[in-house]
Amino acid sequence: MATKLTTPLSPLRNVFDRGMTVLAFGLTIVGILPLISVLWNIISKGLPGLTAVMFTKPIIDDGFANAVVGTLTMITIASLLSIPIGIATGIYLAEYQPTTRINRTIKFLTTILTGVPSIVVGIFTYNAVVLVSKRLFDFSYSAVAGGIALAILMLPIIALTTEEVLKLVPNNFRLASSGLGGSKFQTITRIILPAAVPALTTGVLLAVARGIGETAPLLFTALFAQDWADNLTSPTASLPILIFNLYNDPDPVKNQLVWTASLFLLGVVLVINLPARFLANRNR
Amino acid sequence: MSSPHNLSVPTPTEENLARRTRPTKTDLADRLFRYLMYAASGISVAILLLMGWIITGQALPAIKQFGLGFLVSREWNVPDLQFGALPLIYGTLGSGLISLIFAIPIGVAVAIVTSEDLLPHWLRSSIAFTIELLAAIPSVVFGLWGFYTLIPILLPLQQFLYTKFGTTIPLFSTEPSGSGLLTAGMLLGIMILPTLAAVSREVLLVVPGYLRTGSMALGATRWETIFRVVLPKAFSGIIGGVMLALGRALGETMAVTMVIGNAENISPSVFSPAYSIPAILANTFAEAQEDIHVGALTYLVLILFLLTLTVNIGAIGLVRLVERGEKSS
Amino acid sequence: MREIHKPAQELETAIQVNNLSFFYGASRALESINMTIFKNHVTAIIGPSGCGKSTFIKALNRIGELEGKIKTEGQVELYGQDIYHPQVNLNQLRRQVGMVFQKPNPFPMSIYENVAYGVKIGEEKVQRSELDNIVESALQGAAIWNEVKDKLHKSALGLSGGQQQRICIARALAVKPKVLLMDEPCSALDPIATIKIEDLIHSLRNDLTIAIVTHNMQQAARVSDYTAFFSTDESRIGRMVEFGETKQIFSFPVDKRTNDYVSGRFG
Repeated sequence: MATKLTTPLSPLRNVFDRGMTVLAFGLTIVGILPLISVLWNIISKGLPGLTAVMFTKPIIDDGFANAVVGTLTMITIASLLSIPIGIATGIYLAEYQPTTRINRTIKFLTTILTGVPSIVVGIFTYNAVVLVSKRLFDFSYSAVAGGIALAILMLPIIALTTEEVLKLVPNNFRLASSGLGGSKFQTITRIILPAAVPALTTGVLLAVARGIGETAPLLFTALFAQDWADNLTSPTASLPILIFNLYNDPDPVKNQLVWTASLFLLGVVLVINLPARFLANRNR
Repeated sequence: MSSPHNLSVPTPTEENLARRTRPTKTDLADRLFRYLMYAASGISVAILLLMGWIITGQALPAIKQFGLGFLVSREWNVPDLQFGALPLIYGTLGSGLISLIFAIPIGVAVAIVTSEDLLPHWLRSSIAFTIELLAAIPSVVFGLWGFYTLIPILLPLQQFLYTKFGTTIPLFSTEPSGSGLLTAGMLLGIMILPTLAAVSREVLLVVPGYLRTGSMALGATRWETIFRVVLPKAFSGIIGGVMLALGRALGETMAVTMVIGNAENISPSVFSPAYSIPAILANTFAEAQEDIHVGALTYLVLILFLLTLTVNIGAIGLVRLVERGEKSS
Repeated sequence: MREIHKPAQELETAIQVNNLSFFYGASRALESINMTIFKNHVTAIIGPSGCGKSTFIKALNRIGELEGKIKTEGQVELYGQDIYHPQVNLNQLRRQVGMVFQKPNPFPMSIYENVAYGVKIGEEKVQRSELDNIVESALQGAAIWNEVKDKLHKSALGLSGGQQQRICIARALAVKPKVLLMDEPCSALDPIATIKIEDLIHSLRNDLTIAIVTHNMQQAARVSDYTAFFSTDESRIGRMVEFGETKQIFSFPVDKRTNDYVSGRFG
């Protein structure tokens, strides 16, 4: 009566179905291999040459301490600038008439800013900060300029993350607080931001990690230095620029420095990323 | 005013309700806070506008001298102060396209594997997480890996292709040296993979399950369902992800600079060294002395800025389209 | 199992369910269902929500397996063939046991492509002209041909919910199934669209065997020849309480629980 249920699928369809599964798994493995290879490469070459001296001496004495301090200085400047402004922008985008044209336009332009290549940000900052400070204050390449360049990169990321996170806070909270006579300011600072703190922290940490690893914005802003930077207004070394400047240096000592600096940079970035992304995924 | 029920809150009357509208400390704080938020949100916008303005201004001398012919002129000669952008546009777009050729199949495969239930849930999310971690690796570290690990792996393969097909296929017609357009494209492909996979995965996850069930209930196999129903439904969203990834690839600087070969070439061969806009900027912007050289480089910045702007606006538009489609259905 | 008034021997069996039980993990969801679905008749499955009627019907073409970890025990025979036999080709099974879902689920493609979909993925190659015929007769079979014949190549998503549901029925009919399962096909539709689907069910009975799950008792009474009443007990395990001719179930239910349910909400 009914066609035999055990009639197999035609060979063509069968082969197609199984073949595609194998292909998809194969391609996925190909996609994972680079990560493993990068990690293995950096660890196996960076770890053996790791010495304590590297963390205490500047590059000129075959350490990378000045680059670590430079990176820390600049990411601190960048964070001080971008985190408050970014969170404030996110608050505006999420809480102040998010449907109006002006709000949408600002969101659109902020999104566009996240897509501006980092080298463009670097050259813009060179023109807008380095050249200006040279004319006005008698200093050019500096940690300040580098920090500003990184801040421009981090700002839109933080703003959009904040917006996304705030929009996830249930609307009931807003209604309840306003219903008790709370002003917008009180509602946002006492109810909404505290509720969003965990997710907000995750987003900010990811932006900071991104800033730590950026190279191109620093090329023409912080420049580089073999020795300790005198102050915030002098050229400053950083880990990414160290790697770029010395990666094909013939001196084996410098070469080792590059690998170990990479290991350290990668380590720091992953230490921030792993828990932050893990939490972000779980919250979703 | 005494309340009949002896409550501490006065009975609202027109008079004392009206008094409430006088600015109090709370109201002031509220207003101040609002202005602060407004001001902050203007900063991103101001930066973007200033960026466009300053870059255009700096590029102006070069724009005046070379005009739009800059875009199609093949010569980039610093000593003679002859500047044409074509080799750099070629290197930028070429490496970007090659990166897509590698990233699209892998990214979509990852997205399918991590969104369809071919694997247990924990394994799916672990794979997605692992791929996502690729996005965390700094560009310069990718460059280092590309230079010291990827090139030695690819070189024998490239040499094989060159000796086998070098005379017949123009794509393989120059002797590979390791660095070059193909190497840069492949490295870029790895770097944009997480963006492409994450967006595609998100789009696939919102394809309603009832479409899959509907197709399987008609006797379609899993992959027939994926190809005929799921992927078409997700198509515009995936293209949005592809464009977003392309925007990343076009602007990517450090890794490309370290493996593209850095020569202002236009060659049909993917093995020959090339130069991308970000790479030439990274390498030569600091050394440029003559105004017209700086101008030409800034002209390149402007081109790159507009190129990525266009691609990103396209991506945003497509993603919006998908979101609107979700709401209406 | 209760007596069926009309002697069952005269009827041909399309699907025979023997001792079918379901488990979610370790907990039992539905227990020992025994039931016969007769050829060219409409069998309704009614019961309160959570009684497992939807789970049950999704076991008849094994589509429930897509939705998660559910274990099935017992036997389901389609014209004498065990559908849980390890060598069963699910694609083959699902082409013979079609299904219409609660929410209309047309694919995001044209009306024509929707109906042609199942035919195109089939094993034998179909000529374009023949495909046109199949699509037309399926749409006619689903009583929607006149409404859509001028816009066959427009998106099916532009149709109303009721029309979409009939497109989904046409889509199922196009592959010429032996049995059509309907899982609350009218629950997302307005009354007028519902009546159209019910009329359609009536007319389809001549060529097809239909099993329909519904929470709407009037609907079961209107469209079905046989009715199965499912219910849960205190332990939240679903059971089939009574099965019989629809007239009998609604007029002279044997089991008190059936009586309570039918009279409580019906009439």
